[in-house]
Parts: sequence; C-alpha cells; structure tokens
Amino acid sequence: MGWTFLPQQPIYKQIVDHILTDIVSGHYSSGERLPSVRDLSVTAAVNPNTMQRALAELESMGLIITQRNSGKSVTENEEAIKMARDTKAMEVAKQFIKSMEALGYSKKEAQEFLAAEDVKGE
Amino acid sequence: MEAIEKIVVCDHVVKNYKPTVALNGVSFTLPAGKIVGLLGPNGSGKTTLIKILAGVLREDAGTVLVDGKRVGEETKAVVSYLPERPYFNPVMKVSECVDYFADFYADFDRKRAEEMLATLNVPMDARIKTLSKGNKEKVQIVLVMSRRAKLYLLDEPIGGVDPATREYILNTIIGNYDPSASVLISTHLIADVENVLDAFVFLKNGEIVMESSADAVREENAQSLDALFREVFKC
Repeated sequence: MGWTFLPQQPIYKQIVDHILTDIVSGHYSSGERLPSVRDLSVTAAVNPNTMQRALAELESMGLIITQRNSGKSVTENEEAIKMARDTKAMEVAKQFIKSMEALGYSKKEAQEFLAAEDVKGE
Repeated sequence: MEAIEKIVVCDHVVKNYKPTVALNGVSFTLPAGKIVGLLGPNGSGKTTLIKILAGVLREDAGTVLVDGKRVGEETKAVVSYLPERPYFNPVMKVSECVDYFADFYADFDRKRAEEMLATLNVPMDARIKTLSKGNKEKVQIVLVMSRRAKLYLLDEPIGGVDPATREYILNTIIGNYDPSASVLISTHLIADVENVLDAFVFLKNGEIVMESSADAVREENAQSLDALFREVFKC
C-alpha cells in the first residue's frame, strides 16, 4: 500500500522521519542491515532517487552507515541512536505544546492535561 | 557522481494540426535514469509530444533527439511506447500478443511478461475482444514494461485500471526498471503518481509552463503537486 505522506512537506523529509522512527523505536536494531534502496522504494511506493536522498540524509545524521559490500545498515553507535530519539521526543513535545496553545491553553495547563491523562492511564 | 546523460532532447518543437497548434515551441531534456511526469489538462499536447518521441508523428519544426539520434528505426528499438489506446487485433489471444512482442522486440523478456500477467489474473488463452477494458490495458502495459528499453513512453498508463492494479503498475515502474532507463509518464492522475516522479513538466496549450521536481514544489510552496496543478490549471 505504500507509506502515507502529507502534502505540505517534501517526501524525502517524511521518509527520513519514517525510517528514523523505525530506528529509534528498535524496529531496525542497532547494526541491522537495511533492505536495498530498491526494496525500500517499492515498500514506500516512492521514487528510488527520493529514497536514496533520504538515506543519504540519515547517513549524514550518523544513523546509518554504508558498507562497501553489504549495502546500508543501522549504526552500532547506540549513543547516536539515543540522541536522535531524544531530539525526536523533544520535537513531539514541542508540537504538543503548540497544539495546546492553538486551543488557548498555557504551557502549564498543557502539562496539567498530560498529568491528568497519566493518572487516568494507570 | 553519475554522468548526466540525456535520453531525450527537444528543442523548440512545433506541431500543427491546422488550425490547432498542438506544440508551440517545446524545449526540454530528459536525463537518463529518471521518472518524469508529463502533466497537463486535456488537449495540452501530451499525447502529441509522446507520439513524436515514439516516432508515430513527425514534428513540423524543431529538433528531437532520442538517445542522441534523430527519431527513427534505431531509436524505436530502444523506446518502449504505450499508446493511449490498446492496439492489438481483437481476435488475437493474449498468448499470441506475447508471441508477437517476443517476435518484434529483441529486448522483450517473455518470462517477466508471463509472470506479470499471471499476477494480474489475465487469462493467457482468452481472446483480446473477450477481455474487459481494464484487462485489455493490463495486457498492453505488461508487454510494454516487459521490454528492457532505455526509454519508456507511457501515455496514460493508469487511467483505465482499478486502484490496486494502478499500484501494481507503479510498483513495477519503481521496482523493476533498469536504473539507467528513463520513464516519461503522461497522466492527469497526479496524486497517484507524484510520489513516484523525479521531476515533472507541465504542458499548457502546447507550451511548457513549469519544470521542477515534486519535492522542490513541496519545499518552495508547501503543497503537493496535485494542489499545484489545480492552481496552475484552474478553470
């Protein structure tokens, strides 16, 4: 079925995000070999050059490495993965605050909602 | 870096169907190894341009080079062309169409065609005239995509088939073509193809109005190609 992409953002950036999430969530584990560019393109239903561009970006972020004979794999640098995960979490938190502000809540009130949700969730 | 080779070069191409001017000085180049969308409303000249590249029509003025040569016998051998309408004789069986292509084109991969037809549930021993419109189109596109060509010219390849088949066809384009081969797809089903394209050309009244990549549009205008098309060609 392919991945779902939003219209406002470049596709390659959304691919970066998708694979980054797969890496930090452990769907692809540290050191694991990634599928070929071709296979990833077909799975995502995107142009192979767009996929290549996204992978190059992930490589420059230090999350994946290219090995001469065996294609691309996830970095074994756990620290880099952890950092990417924290950065991503920060983005998600900021987005949450922004959405709450759009509804007219202050940052503090937004935090109270999170706390309340936490209690309910238990 | 890969060498930037140009599989198609069009320079000020003009085509006149009196009194209509179908192409009014079209210039563009198509790099090797790219999937490019030829997009435009009905009557904008898409089919005319593709027919000229395929060698079915001749330009009135301007220069057209395919793989560095004037369009002719040599270029036809490396170009796989999907016309807007299927052209097989209705009394032929699907298997006979496959034989026909195998006979005609040295770069035809019969095994691949048979596998694809099986995946798409097209019966090999059925006569073309007994097939549904969608199945006729499937036969045609499978045969065209089963050639190992340098350039695929696809005129509305997904217009007449259901969404699942559309996806299969697009996957075939992404997954199976030779990375050095180029694909030119004309369509107005932009939302379906835009994730697959490297670049696109907008044709309007026989002229090129925009040439860019889908991701550049998203970066610069924060909108999809589909939204941009609706804006540029607003009626």
